[in-house]
Amino acid sequence: MQTQTDTIEQFATQDYKFGFVTDVEQDIFPPGLSEDVIRALSAKKEEPEWMLEWRLKAYRHWLTMAEPTWANIHYSPIDYQSIAYYAGPKPKGSGPKSLDEVDPEILATYEKLGIPLRERELLAGVAVDAVFDSVSVATTFKAKLAEVGIIFCSFSEAVRNHPDLIQQYLGSVVPYSDNFFATLNSAVFSDGSFVYVPKGVRCPMELSTYFRINALNTGQFERTLIIADEGAYVSYLEGCTAPMRDENQLHAAVVELVALKDATIKYSTVQNWYPGDEHGKGGIYNFVTKRGKCDGANAKISWTQVETGSAITWKYPSVILKGDNSVGEFYSVALTKGYQQADTGTKMIHIGKNTKSTIVSKGISAGHGQNTYRGQVKILKGADNARNFSQCDSMLIGDQCGAHTFPYIDVQNPLARMEHEATTSKIGEDQIFYCNQRGIATEDAVSMIVNGFCKEVFRELPMEFAVEAQKLLAINLEGSVG
Amino acid sequence: MLEIKNLHAAVEGTEILKGIDLTVRDGEVHAVMGPNGSGKSTLARVLAGQEAYVVTQGQVLFNGQDLLEMDPEERAREGVFMAFQYPVEIPGVSNTYFLKAALNAVRKHRGLLEMDALEFLTMVRQKMKLVQMEETLLNRPVNEGFSGGEKKRNEIFHMAVLEPSLCILDETDSGLDIDALRIVADGVNALRSKDRSFLVITHYQRLLNYIVPDYVHVLVDGRFVRSGGKELALELEEKGYSWLENLAAAPVGA
Repeated sequence: MQTQTDTIEQFATQDYKFGFVTDVEQDIFPPGLSEDVIRALSAKKEEPEWMLEWRLKAYRHWLTMAEPTWANIHYSPIDYQSIAYYAGPKPKGSGPKSLDEVDPEILATYEKLGIPLRERELLAGVAVDAVFDSVSVATTFKAKLAEVGIIFCSFSEAVRNHPDLIQQYLGSVVPYSDNFFATLNSAVFSDGSFVYVPKGVRCPMELSTYFRINALNTGQFERTLIIADEGAYVSYLEGCTAPMRDENQLHAAVVELVALKDATIKYSTVQNWYPGDEHGKGGIYNFVTKRGKCDGANAKISWTQVETGSAITWKYPSVILKGDNSVGEFYSVALTKGYQQADTGTKMIHIGKNTKSTIVSKGISAGHGQNTYRGQVKILKGADNARNFSQCDSMLIGDQCGAHTFPYIDVQNPLARMEHEATTSKIGEDQIFYCNQRGIATEDAVSMIVNGFCKEVFRELPMEFAVEAQKLLAINLEGSVG
Repeated sequence: MLEIKNLHAAVEGTEILKGIDLTVRDGEVHAVMGPNGSGKSTLARVLAGQEAYVVTQGQVLFNGQDLLEMDPEERAREGVFMAFQYPVEIPGVSNTYFLKAALNAVRKHRGLLEMDALEFLTMVRQKMKLVQMEETLLNRPVNEGFSGGEKKRNEIFHMAVLEPSLCILDETDSGLDIDALRIVADGVNALRSKDRSFLVITHYQRLLNYIVPDYVHVLVDGRFVRSGGKELALELEEKGYSWLENLAAAPVGA
């Protein structure tokens, strides 16, 4: 009994392995938010007038909005005036033009995180855009991708070099007025990644962004926009970490995906922001809006997320199934331990005929963690023969944690077919004892049981990522027998 | 192999085992019989090391080592195996993956190299024949959706793969029809050897028609009230447990 309890306690108190701080010279705004701050930010990024106008429109709208309170999360109020809205490593000269110009401290940081940015050292087949605080510091394999017409660059660069695409698609899936956090992001977003895959092109490698928060008291507001033109295919990976700090830090990102006719976008996230210490002090507040639009027949958007970090996760990667026969998928593993809280799920909006969506959500709670699945399936009048399958499973480790499920279903077409399954299970002492009795140590047993529970989601991840995710889960559940 | 001396154990503060003495030598098969609630399964779980079962007094030596000092996984690696009365389901973890992890943990402990996938599969296929297990059960999640008989067969299959030296069968016959019982018993008999011992825990004499023990011990209210040869089981079958329950108040040296 005692050993069991000790082990569970250790799950909640294990160390965060990415909590170091990099010492680089920072260019940082003083805390505070106003139109002047937004103007300064826009000027810093040398943005065109239309971009600034869009930001200001969003900011003015944001001032009229109230922070949402419907989620099953509890946190002390965020003081938006105490956050700095821009922090970037001070450029040597006019910003890095090649990897040789990137601050070696920053390259070292990414290497420490297991993300080498030097192309020759990269895993073949993965291109990386590295975002350090508010700035994209390096994008690899750009030239190679350009050969097939793929644009993969930082968002700031895209605003300067591809204004037509940005003006056409920015806010087309998540409008500037969408919700409190997305609107704030629209006003103050700093950087992020931009991808355009032209007609009929299958992206030859995995694309990825690695987000790193480094600076103190700053928010990270990145914005990602991915467009797959007709018949295109792209698989995109996103990873994130942050230093350990006693203060909470806000991360309010927006990701917009546009898949045109016959196009497929696969978006995978492994989120490991700093979750706070064992008493619930510090950690990232992760308020993220992710949405994709299947804007043409036979388009497909698939979200896969493994959420292990952050003090608070508020995130609902969604798909608007507008094109006939389009497909939306959401595969999620969310782990909360210590005092972490996650309110996460998806929205599947069926508009086109014969649209199909699949939701598989696996919530794991340990320590004092609170894990909520919140999902909406909406089938509109015209969506003949729409189909949805939802499966929400929760696993509890210990008796201090909680799992909650809030499915919302709105069906306006009589031809729709819906299936919903939900289970809650507990890692039983009997399961662990069974493993022990076969010679398997408790730590390995927990890891094995949890990985088994998450199997349906992990198999959706690209190979290298699946291995990483399993390791990450094992690290997060680590704890030797006391 | 196994030496139990004056073993007392409690569950949630209630004493269940009240002084057990037992010696099992290499290659012997001992049956422990008793009415419901007599402490049979408690004995099995104490030996396997389940935490809820607290030893309050006594000693258990396994090949000369203090068994009670070891964690459950150490006991398993040292060669103690318990076939569960209610085998546990582990969703999403295939039987093969589970067994390979278990075998390699045991092999590592014994100073052997880990088995590679091919070697492992060849060995596993061979062992499956012992319990007439279908190959599909290898790739299914551990015990999930298995019938009662399949679960029990799977336990004996695990035993065959892990090659323990002390096998404890905790009411392996419960819930089995006669055909399934025979298959399980045949598997066990095939594993009998001069350096492998068995502790067969059962409520009914029936199983002992197939797994013939060297010794039979009758457990009543936490004590052995009688020990004897295999014929004791038949006598018990005939006279019922009430015959011996009266003796529980005045313990005899077992």
